[in-house]
Amino acid sequence: MTRDATPEASAQWDVSVSADRPWWQLGLGEVWRYRDLLLLLVRRDLIAVYKQTVLGPAWQVLQPLLTSIMFAVVFGLMARMSLPGIPPLLFYMSALVPWGLFNGVVTRISQTLVWNSALMTKVYFPRLVPPLATLLSTGFSFVIQISAFFLFAIGYALAGRFTWNMGIEALAVPVLLLVLLALAFGLGLLVASLSVRYRDLSFLIGFVLQLLMYMSPVIFPLSRVDEGSGLRALLEANPMTPILEGFRAALFGLPMDWGTVLYSVAWAAVALVGGLFLFQRVQRSFADVI
Amino acid sequence: MEPVVIQALDVSKCYRLGVIGRDALMNDAAAAWQRIRGRSGKPALPDPHGKEQRVGDWFWSLRGVSFDVRQGDVLGILGRNGAGKSTLLKLLSRISVPTSGNIRMRGRVSSLLEVGTGFHPELSGRENIYLNGAILGMRKTEIDRKLDEIIAFSGIEHHLDSPIKRYSSGMKVRLGFSVAAHLDPEILIVDEVLAVGDAEFQKKCLGSMREVADGGRTILFVSHNVVSVQSLCSRVIWLESGLVRREGDTEELVRDYLNTYTHQHSEQSWPDGEGPGTEEIRLVSVRAVSADPSGAFTTEATVRVELEFDNTGIRDADLDVRLQVRTGNDAIAFSSDLSAALPATLWNMGRCKVSCEIPGHLLNSNTYRFHVFTFRQGRVLFKAEDVLSFDVHEGARSGSTFRKMPGAVRPMLTWQR
Repeated sequence: MTRDATPEASAQWDVSVSADRPWWQLGLGEVWRYRDLLLLLVRRDLIAVYKQTVLGPAWQVLQPLLTSIMFAVVFGLMARMSLPGIPPLLFYMSALVPWGLFNGVVTRISQTLVWNSALMTKVYFPRLVPPLATLLSTGFSFVIQISAFFLFAIGYALAGRFTWNMGIEALAVPVLLLVLLALAFGLGLLVASLSVRYRDLSFLIGFVLQLLMYMSPVIFPLSRVDEGSGLRALLEANPMTPILEGFRAALFGLPMDWGTVLYSVAWAAVALVGGLFLFQRVQRSFADVI
Repeated sequence: MEPVVIQALDVSKCYRLGVIGRDALMNDAAAAWQRIRGRSGKPALPDPHGKEQRVGDWFWSLRGVSFDVRQGDVLGILGRNGAGKSTLLKLLSRISVPTSGNIRMRGRVSSLLEVGTGFHPELSGRENIYLNGAILGMRKTEIDRKLDEIIAFSGIEHHLDSPIKRYSSGMKVRLGFSVAAHLDPEILIVDEVLAVGDAEFQKKCLGSMREVADGGRTILFVSHNVVSVQSLCSRVIWLESGLVRREGDTEELVRDYLNTYTHQHSEQSWPDGEGPGTEEIRLVSVRAVSADPSGAFTTEATVRVELEFDNTGIRDADLDVRLQVRTGNDAIAFSSDLSAALPATLWNMGRCKVSCEIPGHLLNSNTYRFHVFTFRQGRVLFKAEDVLSFDVHEGARSGSTFRKMPGAVRPMLTWQR
């Protein structure tokens, strides 16, 4: 068989399909070339869910709002968990909204491979595109929800029910957000990669996240838990605790504990690298297993 | 010579047989533990170039496949089920990666394994054009530019803004195909499943593929359908058991392919009670006899087909026998019913012989396959497929042409001048 062995010819291959691609080659350039697909998938996620609903995207706000109201009523009546001077609704929203982002990103990314399997076994595109689209669409929901939080906070402040002293600490929000997203994205990819082979994980992840929520200061402030108690140790081991506490501190102008945030950063870094590593390994043989 | 745009070098693909369950988890965990402790790098794979395709739990779907495709080639990849076609298609489409070896391509590659990939039922036709186009690798600006053309081609202008879950399956296919037809790739990789569907769609499909080919672009067509490969491809790669068995010009290769896989038998008989049939009546033997003194089947010689049945339950005249003759690529050449010639045949118990004659100067130089159907009161009683299969050769040449005449049959007509 004749081979085209001229050097100029062999240097110009556009596509190479082989087994040996190192995992750190994420192919981000290719993801960028498929950015239109990324945006269309985000659009699909945002639009398709609310087709044939009366309220449409208003559900984005209603979901966390209703949960917050429920928590405010249930926990507000039973035990006053809120911090002094902060209306319970705002108190719960301040942690429920970032928790919802974490929960949403992990859950939905962990399903992205299996859900898109019909697509992925029929056509090639960079495999990182669907999880990134999920990240963006869930992030979009977060933006709406955090805006709703600010609207409510302004409303409470104008009504004189709440003195809002958010200050320079608010600048921490983007940093915390980044740590949260890295952690959630990494964990989501880890679960997604493993659940390609073992579907059990997609059932398990719901319970684990629920458990994690009760191990997080979502419905109570960390300061309410006795220092040195077993529960406190559990809470402090949870990488989401510093992030959620940080969000509260940033949004309500409370003192910020950066030391514990570093603990979350370490977790996020490990999760992200581990998640990408495993995802890169799995995506190559994905179509053979699914 | 045109430049090479696809190059496959020693491509092998190994699959692990077996189901994923608790054992797989234990094995994975054990393998991971071994790796952590630095014992063995990777689970040892058998040699792809070994004699056996299957070694233990490992199965080599492709074993060191190499080929080049030059720009403008329309290459068919032919093979029977399990030859490795689908695996090769998956690798070429980048859905999966080879276990070893590599495939390199130059230019914009589109692969079509189905139409309408990624359609979302809740989204409108228009939204799905964008989604499907982007999934196939089109940029948004490109779709914007071609949108009107795509819509016109699909012919579903009026439904464009309703969700496609309200579409008929035909409408979905048309929409999907319209997007695919406007892909404009330099290399197109197509699966034969695209060529199924109603005849009109198939024609449209092949037609637009030919258009692509005429535009100097490269097509890879993966199929086990000899007819579509013949009508489309200039060159063929013949895969067998994960190996390239041969590579060459379509005409010659397809002929050899057919010869290899069509089992030649001009006579067949079955032991008692094992022939195709029912409790009441069974085939015992089938035989084709040529009137040519040499016994060879030629285009000129009369062929006598003899069928022998074992009848244990049918006494009336309500049994009909049909002989269906197909060409090697499975097109029906003709059928003939016993009842057409002998309307009321009373059947005797025991051995019954039925025979018919295919006149000379009717069959072409071709492979023919014979099926026998029996009917009772208009309903199929049983079918016996491929009871006979043989090549008909060119007889003594008469006439001006020495090329093979196309056609399922080649009757000698009565000409006058």
